[in-house]
Amino acid sequence: MFFYHMRMAIKSIRRNIVLSALMVAAIGIGIGVCMTAITVFYMMSSDPIPYKSDSLYAVQLNSWEAPGPYDADRPERLPELLTYRDAKALLDSEVPTRSVATYRSGFTLNPDNPDVSPMLVMSRFTTRNFFSMFDVPFLYGAPWDEATDRSGDSIAVLNYSINEEVFGGENSVGRTVELAGREFTVVGVMDRWEPVPKFYAVFNGAFEEAEEVFMPMLLNESWERQNYGNTNCWGDTPMNGFRDFLDSECTWVEFWVELNDAEQKSRYQDWLAGYIAEQKRLGRFPIENAGAEVHDVNEWMDYNEVVSADFRVLVGLAFMFLAVCLLNTVALLLAKFSGNAARVGLRRALGASKAMIFRQNLVEVGVIGIAGSLLGLGLAWLGLQGVRSINLGHYDRLVQMDANLVLFAVAISLLSAIIAGLYPTWRICQIPPATHLKTQ
Amino acid sequence: MLSMQHISKVYRTELVETHALRDFSLDVSDGEFVAVSGPSGSGKTTFLNIAGLLETFSSGTYMLDGEDVSGLGDNERSRIRNRKIGFIFQSFNLIPDLDLFDNVDVPLRYRGLKAADRRERIEKALETVGLASRMKHVPAQLSGGQQQRVAIARALAGEPRFLLADEPTGNLDSLMARQVLDLLEDINEKGTTIIMVTHDPELARRAHRNVHVLDGQVTDLKPFDGGTPAVVNAGAGGGA
Repeated sequence: MFFYHMRMAIKSIRRNIVLSALMVAAIGIGIGVCMTAITVFYMMSSDPIPYKSDSLYAVQLNSWEAPGPYDADRPERLPELLTYRDAKALLDSEVPTRSVATYRSGFTLNPDNPDVSPMLVMSRFTTRNFFSMFDVPFLYGAPWDEATDRSGDSIAVLNYSINEEVFGGENSVGRTVELAGREFTVVGVMDRWEPVPKFYAVFNGAFEEAEEVFMPMLLNESWERQNYGNTNCWGDTPMNGFRDFLDSECTWVEFWVELNDAEQKSRYQDWLAGYIAEQKRLGRFPIENAGAEVHDVNEWMDYNEVVSADFRVLVGLAFMFLAVCLLNTVALLLAKFSGNAARVGLRRALGASKAMIFRQNLVEVGVIGIAGSLLGLGLAWLGLQGVRSINLGHYDRLVQMDANLVLFAVAISLLSAIIAGLYPTWRICQIPPATHLKTQ
Repeated sequence: MLSMQHISKVYRTELVETHALRDFSLDVSDGEFVAVSGPSGSGKTTFLNIAGLLETFSSGTYMLDGEDVSGLGDNERSRIRNRKIGFIFQSFNLIPDLDLFDNVDVPLRYRGLKAADRRERIEKALETVGLASRMKHVPAQLSGGQQQRVAIARALAGEPRFLLADEPTGNLDSLMARQVLDLLEDINEKGTTIIMVTHDPELARRAHRNVHVLDGQVTDLKPFDGGTPAVVNAGAGGGA
């Protein structure tokens, strides 16, 4: 019977082609706008490392002191970043499975190849566990070893795109690159790795591309390159050179630990409490309730409002627009179905029950919904191209529909069409069969 | 076959009550051909709609094929309509964008018959009305008389216990009307009970029995006198 209903639905759609086209357009436009917003929202709010996001924790310490709270609007919040000295101290803890300290910088890269122009590259000072903790894939070579973390040698790991650009994608392990006038030996080349959002460093561009060059954090103690991320300081910190900056109470280092179960997390929190108590004895962490917090990846995204409230409102508005489109579809369906009243009366007279008529009309609504979803997917694709163009390429990774989103679009279109069709379908079923038989 | 006793049908609005049928009683036996006549607004079509389970009634009892159908729900009424009753309308009521095969197929679909069984019934019914060769035509390609024959084929395909015909020749010229009536008589002779509403006294004369309805009541029951049926004129359609 389903195929009979389907055949009748297609005939009915062709019979009222203008009304049907208007309904498909109403659903398609609503779905197109909605899916554009949802796609960006979905990519923004997706779990960037789902298989271990609940065991990776960002660490916060409240080393802050008056004249006011760290965040005047939300005084309960702790600084999101650590001081360099705390980060180094926390690296020594043996409680976590892994610990990583990291911050961003940038340099001019001077390629050996005269055909390639010098370029500004974004780089990240970090510790070797960065790569294993965040499961960074390697194309060639490997991260630097533990000894390099302690020695701070001039070695570098390149990402896929900079290796393509400078070395034409060849295995560059063992070759050298000149960064800001200093020669670095390449020890590893990463495969493509672009977590969305860039959860390990959500400040100043959570949706920007990952850095191109990674190097040991310790080497910057002597190299003294500027931090490209946020730096927040308090009090009268003397700043007579980079060493003072490293020893200051300025917070600017992202710190992550890997804790695999609740017991390990609890032990680490105890360890942090002990560290704070010890620092208090040394005259640091002056506020009375100085504490520490750890947030797993998804908590960290929420805590730092990676998806802004404005964008959530925008998604809400997109759904409201879809609702308006559906209301239009309801009106069009009412018009279309009331034009079918005589046929429905005839079918009822010939033995169709209300349920049969309901099913037949619902199949027609479903066909319209599927057509609307196809149009909506096309419009969403155009919408995403629009988003891509106005954001100058920064959000490229946010404007790609995956299979889940395509399925979601079809499902939401079908559901929308069925919801829109329920009332008109129910209403047409209420027509007494005899009403239109004389006048058909 | 059909027994209505003291049926009344009242249409109520906020302002007015209209008694379409009052104390309407009628018995129709198996194999009868009954003509129901009366002026416009007398209640003929209301009677036909109630007889065909297309409308409910306000009071009284209605036995159809030995079953009390007075209090049946919508689904059960649909099922009985589909299995026991064939309808023939004045305006044919064919679905314009379905070919003849699909038009005749409509009631069979709702009965849930298998494809082969449906095909056999449809071909046989269209053959009976002389249109087997045109089953892929759409109604607009047929004359009025042919369209009414398709409607009869649709009614016959379900092998109903009785046919309800509402002014079946009302939209036809005299020649076509005669052909349609001849067809109905043939069907009746093979055992199908027919109740036909008509304005036309000449048409009514060809039935076994005439029932006259006035102001929602049966006023006269006259058996056909057995004389030569009159030549059928083009019937004037009208609502009851």
